[in-house]
Amino acid sequence: MNFDKTPDGKTLTVELNGQIDSVNINDIEKELLEEVEGVTDLTFDMTNLEYISSAGLRVLLQMQKMMKKRGNMVIKNANGNVMDIFKVTGFVKLLNIV
Amino acid sequence: MKQITIDATMDNLPIVFDFLLQSLTECGASKSQMRQIKLCVEEIYINIVNYAYTPGKGKALITFDTVGEKDSPPVRAVISFTDRGAPFDPLSQEDPNTELGLDDTPIGGLGIFIVKETMDSVSYERRDDKNIFTMEKTIDLQAG
Repeated sequence: MNFDKTPDGKTLTVELNGQIDSVNINDIEKELLEEVEGVTDLTFDMTNLEYISSAGLRVLLQMQKMMKKRGNMVIKNANGNVMDIFKVTGFVKLLNIV
Repeated sequence: MKQITIDATMDNLPIVFDFLLQSLTECGASKSQMRQIKLCVEEIYINIVNYAYTPGKGKALITFDTVGEKDSPPVRAVISFTDRGAPFDPLSQEDPNTELGLDDTPIGGLGIFIVKETMDSVSYERRDDKNIFTMEKTIDLQAG
């Protein structure tokens, strides 16, 4: 996972890589929550995300709910498999996917 | 039929993935489908880890079988999970409402639903003090 934050600390792009599963989700969640502190514009770039299980979806939904209260959250470059899961779970309507 | 028996712990998820991916590779599944089935396997396995033996420890048996031959498709993958934990039918959970808006959608409860939507068939039985969950999917042979 890579973070790219503007100097004012308000705009953050998070690059998700590889696999998000039940084993690594706790570390990812912890790191994310620290990084999004004070952020009002959050983008998840999923170009290199190959796999996400419901453990990851839970955190994405939690982030979306949180960001709705203080700004904006966008998902971009989700690949076929990841999009399939967003569709099955109705997340295409809950997340802001561009 | 191939099978593994492991301690049902979170740390063993990579072993479960290796077992599955090796089995699916041997039967010629596409990469995309491997990820789909992997997702379902994670959901069911983690369910056992989280609920079957809590707060104790126990084993999980996972089997992988195929019906049909690569040379004369269709080939169907049959994957089963057995534990000796507390009786628990994951299929008894109500499906989440995917029509709700952001504020009303609860966090969690999607795992089993994803499995039901992704696999061709799923079943649960309680037999000889064991939980046995079986799921099946027709394999897309090297479709991408």
